[in-house]
Parts: sequence; structure tokens; C-alpha cells
Amino acid sequence: MPYWYLQQASTFAGDVDNLVLLITVIVGFWFLAAEFIFFWLIWRFRARDGHKAAYVAGETKREKRWVSYPHYAVLAFDILILIFALRVWNDIKISAPPAEERIRVIAQQWAWTFVHAGPDGVLDTADDIRTVDDMHVELDKTYHFELHSRDVVHSFSVPVFRLKQDAVPGRAILGWFRPTRTGEFDIQCAEICGIGHGLMPARLIVRTPEEHRAWMAEASGMASATAGTGLVARVEGEGQ
Amino acid sequence: MSAHAASHAEHGHHEQGFVRKYLLSTDHKVIGLQYLFTGMLMALIGGFTVYVFRMQLAFPGEEVPLWGRVTAAQYNALVTTHGSVMIFWVAMPVLIAAFGNFLIPLMLGCDDMVFPRLNRLSYQLFLLSALILIASFFVPGGPFGGAWTAYPPLSADPAYNATPWGATLWLIAVALEFVAFLLGGINFITTAMNSRAPGMKMFDVPIVIWMIVLASLVFMASVGPLIAGAIMLLFDQRFGTGFFNPATGGDPVLWQHLFWFFGHPEVYVVLLPALGIVAEVMTTFSRKKLFAYRTVIFTAIATSIISFFVWAHHQFVAGIDPRMAGLFTVTTLIISVPIAEMMFIYIATLYGGSIRFTTPMLWALAFIAEFLIGGVTGIYLGAAGSDVYFHDTYFVLAHFHYTFFPIAFIATFAGLTYWFPKMFGRMMDERLGKIHFWGTIIAFNVIFIPLFLTGAGGDHRRIFDYSLFPELAGLQGLRVLATIGLLVLIAFQPIFIYNFINSMFRGKVAGANPWRANTLEWAAPSPPPHGNFPEMPVVYRGPYEYSVEGRDEDYWPQHVPPDDPKRPAEQVA
Repeated sequence: MPYWYLQQASTFAGDVDNLVLLITVIVGFWFLAAEFIFFWLIWRFRARDGHKAAYVAGETKREKRWVSYPHYAVLAFDILILIFALRVWNDIKISAPPAEERIRVIAQQWAWTFVHAGPDGVLDTADDIRTVDDMHVELDKTYHFELHSRDVVHSFSVPVFRLKQDAVPGRAILGWFRPTRTGEFDIQCAEICGIGHGLMPARLIVRTPEEHRAWMAEASGMASATAGTGLVARVEGEGQ
Repeated sequence: MSAHAASHAEHGHHEQGFVRKYLLSTDHKVIGLQYLFTGMLMALIGGFTVYVFRMQLAFPGEEVPLWGRVTAAQYNALVTTHGSVMIFWVAMPVLIAAFGNFLIPLMLGCDDMVFPRLNRLSYQLFLLSALILIASFFVPGGPFGGAWTAYPPLSADPAYNATPWGATLWLIAVALEFVAFLLGGINFITTAMNSRAPGMKMFDVPIVIWMIVLASLVFMASVGPLIAGAIMLLFDQRFGTGFFNPATGGDPVLWQHLFWFFGHPEVYVVLLPALGIVAEVMTTFSRKKLFAYRTVIFTAIATSIISFFVWAHHQFVAGIDPRMAGLFTVTTLIISVPIAEMMFIYIATLYGGSIRFTTPMLWALAFIAEFLIGGVTGIYLGAAGSDVYFHDTYFVLAHFHYTFFPIAFIATFAGLTYWFPKMFGRMMDERLGKIHFWGTIIAFNVIFIPLFLTGAGGDHRRIFDYSLFPELAGLQGLRVLATIGLLVLIAFQPIFIYNFINSMFRGKVAGANPWRANTLEWAAPSPPPHGNFPEMPVVYRGPYEYSVEGRDEDYWPQHVPPDDPKRPAEQVA
């Protein structure tokens, strides 16, 4: 289960983990049942002196029900999984709640640039805060992100959010998240993007609104002089 | 054909000279063995690369014995080579080409393939493709390192991949390899349609032949778009076109569609022959008729057709329209139904059997037990909602190794140990075979069960050093365990190689039908001479008439004429 290892830090992280749990229960049952019957048959029908194998063609309906009933059941369970899987998928990727703020994520070989809306809360204005390799967001605020790539295909992966989206050059791909836990977490690149693919970590920093405002005040002071570098984060001691 | 007299029964009987007999032969058995040995040699490359990069993952930055320190560029090249080689130059040649070439004429009861020269050309192109791939290790910039999926723009532009020659040679090698298998596939299908022994109807054809022919059909129908894509990518690399370059109006995601439209059916291209091998071995050693023979064929056909409609489940988060993902989730979960049914049928075949635990049978049973893990874990990935998390993590990697390892190795070992007596006329050593079996199976699970856990814990694929990700630090113990499993797995393989080579020359002489099996290849001498059958067989019944009631013998070969119903069953030899 993902939550054995990683905290859930977005509204949909719990839904993904519940779906994983549901699938585990269903396929776990089928897997154990199949393996149990399989090994039991192997043991039960091992070659012994004086025993001859039976002649079973498996062509009559009566015989075939031993495989046809289980496979109808598999179909039924598939439909159950399908319903939950598509609901979770819909929540993550199709129907987003309205944005409270926007953030732009730009991938390149081999760094992430994050354009934050800044104190005015609007992207593409003079007070935008650009950082490299660290993303700063506020607790319990719905963000829409806009994902770009400058060169090859990358993938924006935030494991604690259970969120992943490829960044494709030539496209602006939209998505959303709403952080539910403060702290500092990993961001990874999930699509091989060249020699530095493994050297493309970034950090996600989720703060309470007050702390986030304090960060913005500090960062925009710095950023006006050094727009678009990772210096901002390093001064704060939160970057790499 | 007439140039080859039918007198080459003796292995090592050099009338034509080594080169003409073994390198330029048009005999389907020699070509099958050429594919087999080439595939096994390529497996050594695939095995060595995984050894190097798993050592790097377990002990990052340390010197790897026989290699040295692994750089990031080398790491990418190693994983790319491992994936490409194991799928295109091991699984494909061994499962389809080696078993297909060796078995199809023998099991259909004919003297050779319909197009023997086309067959020879197929192997020669395949060999050329392997040599081109190997040559790419030695060019400036080194071999291609953009993963076996070769997504552009990374694969298209040397400014991004830093392997100007490696990327091009990789692409040419893959495209040539496809052409080789297209030629082989045409041959397989034509032969199965036209050269069956008298009396052999389509529903008397053994399952393994059905599966290889279906796999060839699926391959032929799916590979065209990828060959076209490979040529487009080659033009992007070399001639400045922009099919996949957004700056000039192209689209990188187009390649992903072309690749996976082939890439997913490809899974079934190698799975079906593996299932066929397992069916032959399981029926022989449980002395049972295959349960629901026709249903197996229909489910295989259903799987083949559905496999053309699932490809985008590799691309849920790739930037395709998210609504499309719903459609592909449906098809992906649907394909689990025929595959599950096939598994149930194989399990049901054991019911009422008299199961002998020979080495090939152990491999065949292990195939079912292990493939089930690969099958059920696929549900997590086919369900779009959970794939968002698992995509491109080690969970995916562990999942497809639980399908591909059973296919490419477990089923292959089942097939090799089963047909070895037919190939070389001698038996393999059972004790060494079982030691190799248990060492391999246990080690295999020690490698990949931990990797399900690291994947669930957030380890992403193709990362050459995890120390930059603080949240993943706790998973290092599992990574080391997986690497130890790999070292044990590799340590057990020389036992197989020794057993294989030693038994070729010093094994117990096998006789024509050592397993007391029904299918036609066992009617030919071991090893079969050029032309296969001293007397061409005639078929009287289906391939799985084991333990027929009222007969003394528990098998009833396809070519043995029916008894007079009034007389008691007579001995058949």
C-alpha cells in the first residue's frame, strides 16, 4: 500500500489509496484462491502407482462451468474495479474544482522551474515568484497547474499527492491539486529525459497560509533583483 | 531442397562442410537452433547489463566488478540495452523463431517450411540486426540511452540524447529485426495453412503451433505502424524532418501511439507461444487431455483481437485526452477475462491427472504460479485511477517482469528441457535441471517481490541514484535485497549452460519418444534427419489423447492408426 511508505498530502491521495486497497482485496482473493486450488491439484493428482489419469475433454457444458463460472465472476469484479477506477480518475484528471490560484511548472533538462503567482495571487503579473527546483504552495488551497516542457518529454510526479502528469514539449497541460498536509516532500521526474534524469529532484513545500505569506514577502523582495533563479530558495535554506 | 539429400541424420556428420550445413542451411531445424543460440548469446548481454546497473542501484557510486564506476550516461545505456535486448533479441527469437522454426514442420508432419530460403534470409537479417546493435556499443557517444521505448524528442535529437550514432544504430537494428520476424511470420502462417499432414484438421493442430501462428498474425498486423514510425524517427534524427518535433508542427505523442500500438500486442506475441509451450508440457506430464481445447483457441483469438485496443493504457498520463483513458481502462480490464479463463483452463487440466514432476513440468507449473502474479498486478495499472500513482514506478517494472520473465525464461526453460531430446537426441540431466530450477525460481521471486514494494513506496524507474530523494532513503534495504536475488539468479545459470552443453554430447540417448507424448514431432527420430520423417505421418486424432479409457497405454500418438474396435488396445511404441 502506498500509505505504508508515503503520507497522503492531497485531497485525492486517499481516494487513490482506497482504490489500491479495493483492488488488493479483490485480486488478492482471486490470486490466493487460484494458487491454492492450483497447488492442491498438483498435490492431489501427483503420479502414484496404480493410478491412471482420468479422460476429461472439458468440452461439455457441465465440465466447462468449472472455468466459465469463475470467469463470469472475474468479469463482474472487473466492472466493480472499473467503476471505482474511473471515479478516481475523473476526480484527478477530468473534473477539477475551480482554481483559487494558478501555478506554472516548466520542465527542462534537468531542472524544474516553478512560476508562483506571488502576493497578488495572479499569474503573469510583475510580482510572480520564479524558483528552480522547489515549489511552494499553501495548505488547503486549490491550485491549477499548467505544465510545460522546454525540450523533451518529462513527467511531473508528486508521490505524496499521488499525482503524475507528463510534460510534453509544444503543449500546455492542465491539472489540479489541493494540498492537505504541511511539510516538505519529493518531486521526481518520472519519464526518462536524458543523462540527468536521475538528477532531477525537486522539493515541494506546503505551508500554512501565514507561513506562506511570510515566504512570499521574503521571496519577492529577493526575486525582484534575481528573478528566476534558485537563489531565493537557497537563501532560505530550503533548496538543494 | 533436392540438393540436400535426406541422409543427414547423424549430428556432426559433415558431408557439406560446417558452413553450408550450419550457417547457410535452409533446414528449419538448423535455422531454429541458429535463432536459439543467437538468442541465448544475446541473453548473456541482457544479463550482464542488468548485473551492472542493479549493482549500481544497490551500491551507488561504488566500483562494480568487471565494469568499474557507473556514470549516469552509462546507466541509461545499460537499462536501454537490457530492455531492448531481452525483448527484441531474446524473447522474440527464442519463443517465436526458435521454437516456431523447430516445431512447426515437425508438429505438422511435413518435411520443411514452405519457404526455406525466406526462412534463411529471416535469420540472416536477424543476425545482422543483432550485430548492428552490438556495433552501437562501440561508436562515439556510446549506445543509445533513451529507454527501449525511445520517446522523442529525446530519441530524435542528438542535442538531447548525446548519442548521435547510438540512437540511429539502435533504430536501424530494431527496424531490421522487425523485418526479419515479418519474413519468418509469413513463413509460419503459410506453412501451418498448407503443409499439415494428411488427416490433420485445424482442430488437430497442437496448441503451441496455434499460438505461434496467432502470435505471428498479431505481430504482422501490429508492426507496420511501428516500422513506419521508426523510419519517420530516423528521418527526424538524420535528415532534419520534424514528424515528432513540436517546433516544426510535429507531435512527440504520435510516436508513443505508434510504439504502443505495436508494443502492447507485442506482449501477447511472446505470451501466446509461451502459453502454447506450457500446454504441451502440462498435458504430457499430467497424462491428461487439455481441458477445453477449442476454448483455449477461442480465448487466444479473443485476446489477440482485444490486444489491439488497449495500447493507450501505457499513456494514461502522457498528455492524451483524459477522457480517452476511460475507454482504454475498459478494454484493459476486459482483456483480463480471456487471460483469466485461459489460466483457469490450464489449472483445470491438472484435475484428474497423474502428474510427473520432471524438470520441464516443474518449469511449466512455475509458469502458471508466477504468471498469475504478473496477471493480477496488471489490474492496478490498467485501472487509470491507481495508474496515476504507479505509472513509471518500480511497481510497473516488477509487474511486467512477472509476465516477461515467466514468458522469456520460465516457459523457454520448459520448452528447452522438454524438446531437448528431440533437438539433440539425448536427455538432459534431471538432477542438475532441478537444482537450476529451484535456484532460478526462488531467486527470481527474491528480486521482484521487493521491487513491488519499492514501487509502491515511490521509487521511479530509470533513476541511477536514489540518494537525492530523501523520502526514498528507507527503501535501500529492499534494493539491496533485489540485487542479491539477481546475483543468486545469475549464479545458477552456469548450471543450466553446463547441463545443456554436456548433455548434448554425453547425455543418455533419448530415443524417438522419451516422454511418451502424442504429437507428431515424437514420431520422427531424435534428432530428426533432414526431411524429418523417414515415412511421412498420417494423422488420426487430436494431439492430447492421453489416458483414453479402455486402452492399456496412457497415450495415443496422433499418427498411430486406430485399433480395430473389437480388439483390445495394442501396444504402441
